[in-house]
Amino acid sequence: MPTFTRTMGLRGLLKENRERILNNWFEAIINTYPEETVKFLKNTKDKFHNPVGQTIKEGIEGILNELIGEGETDKITPFLDRIIRVRAIQDFTPSEAVAFIFKLKEIVRAELNSQALQNEELRWFDNKIDELALKTFDIYMSCREKIYELRATELRNWTYKLLERANLLAEGEDNFKIK
Amino acid sequence: MSKQAKPPKPDELAKSIDYKPPKTNWMETPVEFKPGTYCYGARPKYLEAVEMPNPREWSPADEDWKLPENWKEIVLEGMQDRLGKYRSYKLFMDICVRCGACADKCHFFIGSGDPKNMPVLRAELMRSVYRKYFTTGGKFFGKAAGARELTEDVIKEWWYYYYQCTECRRCSVFCPYGIDTAEITIMGRELTNLLGLQTDWIGGPVANCYHKGNHLGLEPHTIQSNIEMMCDDIEEITGIRIEPTFNRKGAEILFVTPSGDLFGLPGVYTCMGYLMLFHELGLDYTWSTYASEGGNFGFFTSNEMAKKLHYKIYAEAKRLGVKWILGGECGHMWRLVHQYLNTWWGPPDFLEVPKSPITGTVFEHAKSTKMVHVAEFTADLIRHGKIKLDPSRNDHLKVTFHDSCNTSRGMGIFEEPRYVLKHVVNHFYEMPENTIREKTFCCGSGSGLNAGENMELRMRGGFPRANAVRYVNEKYGVNMLANICAIDRAALTTLMQYWVPEVDVCGLHELVGNALVMTGEKKRTMDLRLEPLPGVEEEEEEE
Ligand code: SF4
Ligand code: SF4
Repeated sequence: MPTFTRTMGLRGLLKENRERILNNWFEAIINTYPEETVKFLKNTKDKFHNPVGQTIKEGIEGILNELIGEGETDKITPFLDRIIRVRAIQDFTPSEAVAFIFKLKEIVRAELNSQALQNEELRWFDNKIDELALKTFDIYMSCREKIYELRATELRNWTYKLLERANLLAEGEDNFKIK
Repeated sequence: MSKQAKPPKPDELAKSIDYKPPKTNWMETPVEFKPGTYCYGARPKYLEAVEMPNPREWSPADEDWKLPENWKEIVLEGMQDRLGKYRSYKLFMDICVRCGACADKCHFFIGSGDPKNMPVLRAELMRSVYRKYFTTGGKFFGKAAGARELTEDVIKEWWYYYYQCTECRRCSVFCPYGIDTAEITIMGRELTNLLGLQTDWIGGPVANCYHKGNHLGLEPHTIQSNIEMMCDDIEEITGIRIEPTFNRKGAEILFVTPSGDLFGLPGVYTCMGYLMLFHELGLDYTWSTYASEGGNFGFFTSNEMAKKLHYKIYAEAKRLGVKWILGGECGHMWRLVHQYLNTWWGPPDFLEVPKSPITGTVFEHAKSTKMVHVAEFTADLIRHGKIKLDPSRNDHLKVTFHDSCNTSRGMGIFEEPRYVLKHVVNHFYEMPENTIREKTFCCGSGSGLNAGENMELRMRGGFPRANAVRYVNEKYGVNMLANICAIDRAALTTLMQYWVPEVDVCGLHELVGNALVMTGEKKRTMDLRLEPLPGVEEEEEEE
């Protein structure tokens, strides 16, 4: 990515409208869940009782805070990971699981009404979201691969002593250890 | 690769941005079998092995489930029969006031967001049919009275959602009427089993258990040599050779544990802990290669099957002439002992009230079952100062404790494992209050759902548990999740690897084995996993 130094404009506006952007973004993501579930995900504040809602909430807050700050992709990645790790195992198609990141583009554009921003800044923002979107695909795929890996590892762990007994583990025994 | 795993195309992406689930009434929304959420259908050989009805090749994803011609009659008669036999079933069908207190308490609902995983709706799947065929209001007013026709789609829906319930009973803790949705799930499974709709993951262990005594169908010599291999490892770690006995008549105590402890990771380390402890005590006990399974997948099949498979434990105790039974770290074995045994047969009269030969404690609470949990046994030893422990050997571990659904809600064991833990480790941290003890979150893989093909489902169901573990990992640096259940040991390991890979999983007695100071042992340089003990230098080999 070519580097681009942002003016105070975009950052300031994101900061100023932070709450509203977060609310709209949260709402948009939660609305991808069945109607009967939305209320629970939205309103249950206890993060142990409502880990899905709260994980999404903390995740998007983290992402936006980083965008208001330096906007470094590496720092944003862990927040993306938290959200995608949840959606990757729920009833979503791959596209549905990762679409939330594009939603931010839409919301920010609507919120900031673009007039106060220079084109250059908007371009930076769009590019950033696209870059994050690529990251979300990668994370999504790694979550899916993890699922397949877990299936294989668990099966081996399940019968570990039998395999060991049959000397199937004569080589590379460590591969079969849990950690 | 499943359909879900294909990377999306850009135009799909654009379309999905405004994705909203369709609004249809739950009664009219048929189930879609998505890969990753359901278990495979049982192979006919498994059903034939235990003479269960309607064995055939079938797959849940198929349009045609090849139900027997008179399937509807079978199910309705099955309901009628059970409504007469089990008062709780009848009550639970009638008394729910739909207050919603249970709705958001199920880990599958919390983790999936699927409304049909709300306990009240899970039960409603069956209640609607009950109303239609067994109540006057439902017969006449149909849908207006919350009643619906029993169709093939309803059978599929039952099957789908009764295998998305781990029978954990968390919902029942919050119900003002004490309605136990787990029992409705149990009925749902019994009824669909009448149509030959068993899962392969449950069917296999049931068939093996019935013929060989354990889930994998291990023969006696395999069991014996597995345990002897563990004794080799123990010798390497401690310098002490342990010679356990098998099928020994006249032993004072029979020890029974889930077979996962005999061959699976990390269960074997727990098993090494038992072996070391019993050796150190000089306990007069025996293993059995016939009662070689504490687990009982019959419980996830039907009441009758659970009873059939459970019998071997007591039959073996009788055959060997022991005085009482000591049970290992298992989940549902204890639920059966505690809640079902006496209803099935009444208290066994050929055994004695368990009494610890080491402390003299009489386990009065086990008067009617004659079976004591190893956590209780060990806690009693520690209370009486009968074993020497060096908890600093577990100093590299920061431990939290997962209450297994069956031992906590199913029999009320909360304090004993914690008491033991606090004596064998120096760093113990509780997870948040609303995720432990009677409110514990299930591992998401209980009741026979610990197969591989439904991994996404398991990760959803286990998310609330994992989320609480992550909290103590981030807050206190917790890196070990201890528990007293064999399914937990296997399933939580997988769960952690997806959600909190920094945290490993162990049984309580693995930690006991590490801390236990044994008479005549050499200086410990390894833990029970044969990994170097941090902070302890390898003893220099003599040149
Ligand atoms: S809490 Fe009990 S009465 Fe209320 S909806 Fe749930 S099962 Fe029904
Ligand atoms: S028993 Fe457990 S899994 Fe089943 S509905 Fe209740 S809370 Fe959910």
